[in-house]
Amino acid sequence: MSGGAGPAIEVSHLHKTYGTTVAVDDVSFTVSEGEIFGILGPNGAGKTTTVECAVGLRTPDSGSIRVLGLDPVTDREELHLAVGVQLQASVLPGRLRVGEILDLYQSFYPEPADVAELTGALGLGEKLNDYYKALSGGQKQRLSIALALIGRPKIAVLDEMTTGLDPRARRDTWDLIASVRDRGVTIVLVTHYMDEAERLCDRLALIDQGRIAAIGTPAGLAETAGGGKRVRFVPSSPFADGLLTSLPEVTSVARLGSHVLVTGSGQLVNAVILSLHAAGVSADDVQLESATLEDAFVRLTGKLLHGGHGEHEIREAEAVAQS
Amino acid sequence: MGSAPGSLLPAQTPRQAFWKMVQSEAKLARRQPVGPALGLGMPVVLLVIFGSLPAFHKHYAKLGGLTFFNVYLPILLALVLAALALWSLPTPLASYREQGILRRLSTTPAPPPWVLGAQLALNAWQAVIALAVLMAVGIAAFGVEAPKSIIGLILMLLVSMAALFALGLLIAAIAPTGQAAGAIGSAIFFPMMFFAGLWVPRNEMPAALRGVSDFTPLGASVQGLQSSLFNGFPSVQPLLVLLAYAIVVAVLALRFFRWE
Repeated sequence: MSGGAGPAIEVSHLHKTYGTTVAVDDVSFTVSEGEIFGILGPNGAGKTTTVECAVGLRTPDSGSIRVLGLDPVTDREELHLAVGVQLQASVLPGRLRVGEILDLYQSFYPEPADVAELTGALGLGEKLNDYYKALSGGQKQRLSIALALIGRPKIAVLDEMTTGLDPRARRDTWDLIASVRDRGVTIVLVTHYMDEAERLCDRLALIDQGRIAAIGTPAGLAETAGGGKRVRFVPSSPFADGLLTSLPEVTSVARLGSHVLVTGSGQLVNAVILSLHAAGVSADDVQLESATLEDAFVRLTGKLLHGGHGEHEIREAEAVAQS
Repeated sequence: MGSAPGSLLPAQTPRQAFWKMVQSEAKLARRQPVGPALGLGMPVVLLVIFGSLPAFHKHYAKLGGLTFFNVYLPILLALVLAALALWSLPTPLASYREQGILRRLSTTPAPPPWVLGAQLALNAWQAVIALAVLMAVGIAAFGVEAPKSIIGLILMLLVSMAALFALGLLIAAIAPTGQAAGAIGSAIFFPMMFFAGLWVPRNEMPAALRGVSDFTPLGASVQGLQSSLFNGFPSVQPLLVLLAYAIVVAVLALRFFRWE
């Protein structure tokens, strides 16, 4: 397979049902060589089932999948030599040492990666002699990523790779994955974290209830939330909404408790502050936000990316959806 | 996985990977809290106990001129194979499936059946050692004569191993958890050892019971092993019975094996 000969992964009209539950419903997307492609959606959206079909762990009910031109079901060995997979809830034998597990897995590949380099990059260099069962959740997660990369794959499929990691480890892992992509590896990233998708993905698919809501770049998708900017502040004294909605830069005004949320575009902050000042109102706690993937997700599916947290988030989502 | 596991001899996966798997399985077996030493040591301990009882060295006409010690030797050989096949082999495999370890392996180029092969290889190796130790102790310490038919003995042991390990694979195929595998193994082990003659030697069984025993795997095994040790080359019947079990059960096991 020469570079540029075609997409790395082609999924067409994928369907998968478990009993009466439709897990994946007519999902189609392509992943280009050398990009980080994200699959972003809430838990239970069908992300894991989709990638499991792509790597041959599940057989789809209908639809076609081509990975590097190979069929995941019939070209099993060739596929797994070129595709590294990190599964969500992965378990390894508790009584094997980390070094022994790596030694075993690297034996499966004709040209494996350098174990020392890989474990160093993942912060596991000191843990080689520890038993698997003695590792923390985060360390087990990082080992799982190491095993996905140990075969020098052309494609790495990572399913919720930073779940359970502390913030520092998350950022280190992001840096590692970005550098892996820079070396020419195509990455498919399944996640429910918006910040992860925004940081890493070249393109991503928003998925909900087994269906793709949209595919695009993080910035492009965020823009579809309509507007692009929000200003949030606490007014020093009351004022009528009309004071701000009359401004050309303003699209809508919403109130959440003591906060005012103004959506719009252009020189939004300046216009709002000047208008308030002219009316003798000053703005405290000013925050400027750009529309996010979360907003795009809400706009496209009517639901939050993370299950409902509190009333504040729900009303905020409603305000955005109406703007 | 709805799809077949794929070919057993893949084109590009290094063959060395299989031996690495065997080594991994061996390490895991050694590191069990109740080590394999217990399971394999027990038959030797029983042999030493039986050998130390003077009553066991008297010849009895009802035993065809053999001593009790003679009669229990093939039973202990069969017990070693049964213990390995019905507990040591299926329990790790069922546990791996239960924990998702088989699933993780199936994302690598190594064919999933290699895990089965690694467990079979490891247990076959442990069987060879345990059987050799039993025979050596019997001959050196308790004056057992060299087997009347060495070829018969080896053939019987091989065909017994095939039938019993196939049964172990079938347990591994259907048991949902490691614990269930252990329970099924126990449930099968004791009736089979009864028919092997562990409680009532086969020579002392009523003819009808012995007839049934002839067609159980361990009964046929003990029948053939006893002949090989003390009479000569065994008759065809125990060989055929065990061969039939080996083939039929192996086919069932491989057909019904679930990878998750």
